[in-house]
Amino acid sequence: MEPITGAEILVRCLKDEGVEYLFGYPGGSVLHIYDELYKQEDVKHILVRHEQGAVHAADGYSRASGKPGVVLVTSGPGVTNAVTGIATAYMDSIPLVVFTGQVPTALIGNDAFQEVDTVGITRPCVKHNFLVKDVRLLAETVKKAFYIAMTGRPGPVLVDLPKDITITKTEYHYPKKVKLRSYNPTVKGHAGQIRKAVDMILSAKRPMLYTGGGVILSDGSAELVELTQLLGYPITQTLMGLGAYPATDKQFIGMLGMHGTYEANMAMHECDTLIAIGARFDDRVTGKIDKFCPTARIVHVDIDPSSISKNVKVDIPIVGSVPNVLRAMINVIRDEKLKPDTEALTQWWRQIDEWRKMESLRYRPSTEVIKPQFVVEKLYQVTEGQAIITSDVGQHQMWAAQYYLFDRPRQWINSGGLGTMGFGLPAAMGAKFAFPDQDVACITGDGSIQMMLQELATMKQYNTPVKIINLNNGYLGMVRQWQEFFYQKRYSMTYFEALPNFVMLAEAYGHVGMKIERPGDVEGALREAFAMKDRTVFLDFVTDPSENVFPMIPAGGGQNEMLLAERDDMVSTHEEGMVLV
Amino acid sequence: MNNSNRHVISILMENESGALSRVANLFSARGYNIESLTVAPTDDPTLSRLTLVTSGNEQVIEQIVKQLNKLIDVVKLIDLSETDSIERELMLIKTKALGEQRAEMMRLSEIFGGHILDVTDSTYTIELTGPGGKLDSFLRAVEKDAILEVVRSGATGIALGQKALHV
Repeated sequence: MEPITGAEILVRCLKDEGVEYLFGYPGGSVLHIYDELYKQEDVKHILVRHEQGAVHAADGYSRASGKPGVVLVTSGPGVTNAVTGIATAYMDSIPLVVFTGQVPTALIGNDAFQEVDTVGITRPCVKHNFLVKDVRLLAETVKKAFYIAMTGRPGPVLVDLPKDITITKTEYHYPKKVKLRSYNPTVKGHAGQIRKAVDMILSAKRPMLYTGGGVILSDGSAELVELTQLLGYPITQTLMGLGAYPATDKQFIGMLGMHGTYEANMAMHECDTLIAIGARFDDRVTGKIDKFCPTARIVHVDIDPSSISKNVKVDIPIVGSVPNVLRAMINVIRDEKLKPDTEALTQWWRQIDEWRKMESLRYRPSTEVIKPQFVVEKLYQVTEGQAIITSDVGQHQMWAAQYYLFDRPRQWINSGGLGTMGFGLPAAMGAKFAFPDQDVACITGDGSIQMMLQELATMKQYNTPVKIINLNNGYLGMVRQWQEFFYQKRYSMTYFEALPNFVMLAEAYGHVGMKIERPGDVEGALREAFAMKDRTVFLDFVTDPSENVFPMIPAGGGQNEMLLAERDDMVSTHEEGMVLV
Repeated sequence: MNNSNRHVISILMENESGALSRVANLFSARGYNIESLTVAPTDDPTLSRLTLVTSGNEQVIEQIVKQLNKLIDVVKLIDLSETDSIERELMLIKTKALGEQRAEMMRLSEIFGGHILDVTDSTYTIELTGPGGKLDSFLRAVEKDAILEVVRSGATGIALGQKALHV
């Protein structure tokens, strides 16, 4: 076999791995690689406008498609710009393979031009990283990177490539499989534990299913639906888990947590058996930890043992992949014709229906000013609940999660763990690459959208038509809300005294801009925008600046201590909450 | 911290650059404390053996073990505190040795099973091995003013009996 350069090997690896899109930005240390990319057409390179955008786009592509997102950036600032994107993917367990250029091996450690300690900087926010020091190890390292990223609890893996490696030659051989003696995730759940769990689950009087992003990442939605309907139990989902179980089904009682529904949080608080699946008991979900599910026995299914009993001690841990474990549970229940306690369940549902009557997502409609919730409701109607929705971070993100009913997995894409403003727009672009024929909308705010605006140019270049739903209230709304409730309305640095003319801005990038100021115009504008199939449309909705997200569990509160719209005085009730975020 | 116990965790990991910093990073990132840390290659040059001493309640130790196992470079680990094991640490200590001190210091070293490695007309350099507690006792027994320098390796350990940590 003819020896070929490291750069050529890398591109061959990507082809053999079936990589369709590579999101990236060139620079000095990756020039050899870009030269190889130029010579072929199988791997399509998407030239972003900022490296953070490249990682978010690859991330959005991965969340929408289930395939790994692949990124290529240069050394130094290319890497540091990418770090926010990598950390975002890491917190939400998104499989990415990020290739970074590095200064030549001989210069590493010499403070060379555009040198940073990439492996060191990214170590805390990757599942694993590699520095390739020998071109003969390159192909195997790439294979390992994809393998590690995609298996077990997924996550970003980074491969750092010194420039000399990309020009040194060796024979190419891409391994079909790799095995690592130190890495062998448990996929199949322990049969004894599953049996014990089934007994506990079926003996429940007040059961509750609480599921998270792990169900989506493991493609376990079908098994979740089957098990939930077999049991007839109420189900709540985390922000990251929305869509795994259809939101329009009556067994779904809404999202839980800080901005979850009254019925979901009350049911969590009152349940006697909690079945946690692919969720990690995040602080936004649990509220104050010692007030969390005070009367519940807990079963926890997760592929990552370190997620189990990290924040909340559980009674029956099951390490394994969600579809695998749930299938085993379903089989036990069906084979042995086991039945839940229907009498207790009827009573439990009666109680939940009482809580439902609180209508905790009710808001005061207006004919004068556009309510942000109303925009999301209309968006849901106009897209018939079928669009892929990405969001940025803040109030609009919560309204999107509350008012758009997600019926399928991978339909809802947002930065839940790291909470990265700027995520939504490039993620929408990535999702559009994955599904060019589907409607993709990015629900954003005037704060978040300005953090990744430059990607509008990329969207023009590659014609990825996305509908941008800007809920523009002139404020950093979520921070403003906390300042209103907990800092006696001292609105410190949350009002934008200058905002761009978003319509002109969209037009400057070659897109369509629309400004909507009256509630009566919302639906028409949305219909008009979605009718423009091949255009990116920026819809700038001027919304009520005083609107808040409800319900809300203030930091330090228990799940049953929700503040409800128009019903509660907004003052901080928990002094200890002031030290929490 | 309540019920905070000392644990000796022994780890076999890939002998690759950066493996040690992954462990050290994990401890600082998650706020665990490290009392001591030793690392060296094993008879198999592809593997390093790392011994770390930490403390925490049961839940913290459980998380530490899980998080360590999650590191891709970690092949296997054992919490030696959960099993019959022995622990050894090496200490090198330079003391003053003048007049009456010379005999006193030599006697003390003998009692603790130490070796005097180097002698000058005013100092001794002593080598001592044992569990950490024994080394502490020696330091307490030596007159404070007499200590010129102390070097401790940090603990290493091994399980007793047939139990062995290997690939």
